[in-house]
Amino acid sequence: MNDMLVGKPLKRKEDQRLLTGKGRYVDDIRRPGETYAVFVRSPIAHGIIKSIDKEAALAAPGVLGVFTGKDIQRDEWGSIPCGWVVTDRQGEPHKAVPHYALTPDRARYVGDHLAVVVAETYEQARDGAELVEIEFEELEPVVTLAMAMEGEQIHDLAPQNLCYDWELGSRAEIDAIFETAHHVTSLDLVNNRLVPNAMEPRAAIAEYDSGLDSYTLWSTSQNPHMLRWMLSGSVTGIPETKIRVIAPDVGGGFGMKIYCYPEETTCLWLSKVIDRPVRWTGDRSESFLADTHARDHLTTVDLAMDKDGTFLGMKIDTTANMGAYLSNYATSIPTYFYATLFAGCYKTPVIYSNVRAVFTNTSPVDAYRGAGRPEAAYLIERVVDVAAREMGMDPIDIRRRNFIKPEDFPYQTPVILTYDIGDYDASLDEALRMIDYDGFPARREEAKARGKLRGIGLACYIEACGVAPSQLIGKMGAGAGLWESGQIRFNATGTAFVLTGTHGHGQGHETTFGQIVADMFGIPIEDVELIHGDTSQVPMGMGTYGSRSLAVGGSAIVRAGEKVIEKGRKIAAHMLEASVIDIEFEQGLFSVTGTNKSVTIKEVAERAYVPLDYPEGLEPGLDETAFYDPGNFTYPAGTHICEVEIDPRTGVLEIVDWVAVDDFGTVINPMIVEGQIHGGLAQGIGQAIMENGVYDPESGQLITGSFMDYCMPRADDLPSFRVGYTCTPCTHNPLGAKGAGEAGCIAAPPTLINAIVNALDIRHIDMPATGEKLWRIARDKIAAQ
Amino acid sequence: MPTVSMAVNGKDVSGEVEGRTLLVEFIRKNLRLTGTHVGCDTSQCGACVVHVNGRSVKSCTMLAVEAEGATVTTLEGLVKDGKMHPMQEAFRDQHGLQCGFCTPGMVMSTIDLLRVNPDPSEAEIRDWLEGNICRCTGYHNIVKAVQQVASGDAA
Ligand code: FES
Ligand code: FES
Repeated sequence: MNDMLVGKPLKRKEDQRLLTGKGRYVDDIRRPGETYAVFVRSPIAHGIIKSIDKEAALAAPGVLGVFTGKDIQRDEWGSIPCGWVVTDRQGEPHKAVPHYALTPDRARYVGDHLAVVVAETYEQARDGAELVEIEFEELEPVVTLAMAMEGEQIHDLAPQNLCYDWELGSRAEIDAIFETAHHVTSLDLVNNRLVPNAMEPRAAIAEYDSGLDSYTLWSTSQNPHMLRWMLSGSVTGIPETKIRVIAPDVGGGFGMKIYCYPEETTCLWLSKVIDRPVRWTGDRSESFLADTHARDHLTTVDLAMDKDGTFLGMKIDTTANMGAYLSNYATSIPTYFYATLFAGCYKTPVIYSNVRAVFTNTSPVDAYRGAGRPEAAYLIERVVDVAAREMGMDPIDIRRRNFIKPEDFPYQTPVILTYDIGDYDASLDEALRMIDYDGFPARREEAKARGKLRGIGLACYIEACGVAPSQLIGKMGAGAGLWESGQIRFNATGTAFVLTGTHGHGQGHETTFGQIVADMFGIPIEDVELIHGDTSQVPMGMGTYGSRSLAVGGSAIVRAGEKVIEKGRKIAAHMLEASVIDIEFEQGLFSVTGTNKSVTIKEVAERAYVPLDYPEGLEPGLDETAFYDPGNFTYPAGTHICEVEIDPRTGVLEIVDWVAVDDFGTVINPMIVEGQIHGGLAQGIGQAIMENGVYDPESGQLITGSFMDYCMPRADDLPSFRVGYTCTPCTHNPLGAKGAGEAGCIAAPPTLINAIVNALDIRHIDMPATGEKLWRIARDKIAAQ
Repeated sequence: MPTVSMAVNGKDVSGEVEGRTLLVEFIRKNLRLTGTHVGCDTSQCGACVVHVNGRSVKSCTMLAVEAEGATVTTLEGLVKDGKMHPMQEAFRDQHGLQCGFCTPGMVMSTIDLLRVNPDPSEAEIRDWLEGNICRCTGYHNIVKAVQQVASGDAA
């Protein structure tokens, strides 16, 4: 019998190939007869295309073709869709502006896709692309959020560049509360634009088989089935049966690789036109220009309190940037993944939000690790900290006073969601213990003696994960359900394939799902093989994002396992000459209740495929599929506390300690979960103090367009982290798991900014709180003394 | 087109390249050794690090013709008799990789670190890794992997 594997820090199955250079990423794949596509991108932010001259490029060596939006339009390929309808305050749907693979009429951001050159080699395609001449009638670019609604109109469909003006809650109700409140804390916040920057640039290879009239697309995708669906159902009209999408090893996604992009769509079209495989691999400059970006909000938040610091109501006003076009889920991020989290961990009774989403001449904005929830957590945990300061309260006390308590669950928030379970005091207590909160004043004094300003900050975050209960999101405007499928197929020799519609690109699914299935059937993990990322192998799926793979995908696998056991009981009953109701299953053994007669899962699997003596009605095979649709979101929550030291003479900031205490429910592989926390923290810290996607406000050129200008967190920018857990298992899925992928990225920005304002003794600083900003503040303070 | 010859992972290889062909392109395209990755176009990310004559080099910063006659080792070449190099083992033991895309550069670079500094402090490890970007791990476990090898302890 196996030792149970769930809960153990098993080393990863995928590491052998990834560590020896045997991983298979899209760009590693070669196809016979392949050709290379290079895109001609807009050098300007906004302009009407007057003419595109292909002649010189077509005459260049090796060039097989030059194509524009007009060429694709002749085949009646449609717009790349935005699949989530947000209904505005007037009851109107959001402005669904068209987004074609190659823009036929007008360039709307620097990097917009205007033409494509296909050639025998990459170098020839690149040289050819240089020769494509495009004439524009330049228009005034609309770059910043502040100027969006006054600027030149970017889409015919969207006057004032407004995509929607949306609200949640009652304005009259919140106004009444604010009139009688003892104190209102008001805060203006910038949520800075981020560039996701997975280390593997996006890539695609498309191949058309004229014999079968079908396409294969290798794509750096987090959700191959969804990509197939969009390509088939919205863009091309090609039946799903004729498109196979394969997402092999993928080098990080973070949300940015969820979407159907112009490049892979164009490659798919080209593969038939050229009738040879067409490949495209983005370089980093293209990633900066044309990957989806993230965040980019301007917000005012007001928090009303009574005289004891009890929260009475919160009012949020946000302008959110959609960029130049709507990416697939863009509309949902600053609404249903943002405003529905405004209760945070607190019993704020009334919440009102108003979000205006606007178009600008910048790269499209969509989900990136956390997606709406980091923006919500930042806003809540910042305003609560400022409120404590203004009310003369301890930041711990004000939080505890307003916490939803364990006895309050299930807790209906005023912003749609119902939290199933949690214990926020428990995480806070553990974090305070781990950081030695009471010892902080002494540490601050000691730092002062060394000329350093030491600060401490915390954030108590919550997120909605396990994306998502289909019925609930349907009411919010989602165009698809977010169930997941799982399949377990036993082979005759007792090994098992597990098929999932989620996709691993660093999260270690092969290991985690292997642990679950190995335990369920009492077989060695080596006998379990995960299949993911291929639409022609995996029955159906909705991909990986929103910390859903384990909570939703893992639950589907468990459900499939239960079906396998049911089927196995029937086969075992036949083998053991007992009746099915007397067959029990435990630890890989089917046995007859109250006897020592038993057969192993391996024996049952063999007999499933050797049904030589089956009675009537018993079906061969041991292969079951289940679809799992969660009953609710899951609600991971926790407390992070960090301490920083700032050198007032230089502005140099050092993160000297970081404690993360998270409640993810059941943890399957703590090693992998810790890795997820570390990685999320790095990204959240990056947002707080380093990263910023900046466009020149006049020209609309991306200023931070390379790793030399966009500040990615490096090893020497970060500390080692200390991780702790509390656990309230999720009440509504069979694993009790809540999801862990995004927590660090959500908790880090408010935690770190709270520590920085504490160190500097200021009310607020906007992200990214760079060394220069810190130095200026410290200098002014010293000068004022 | 010029021909270039070098020893890669113990084997003599040669191939025709353009003058502008980068060493990383030669390794990935001509030799089909795809364990070495390309993560940027400004020589910042370090995904492409290999060893040239025993030292870590970003193979996107070097022309293939510059490696004429050189001895080159890539991630694939670290495996001896089917056994991984201790640094590869340590990355697995310490969960020093997630998506694996930065990993070739991280492994090659940190092996070179221990060549020049067999017992680095945490700060020295982090400082050395300035030129290698990882978006997944937060570096915490990469640092631990290097410490594992430096201390000689297996996990
Ligand atoms: S590819 Fe060589 S440093 Fe990025
Ligand atoms: S493991 Fe993904 S970039 Fe480092």
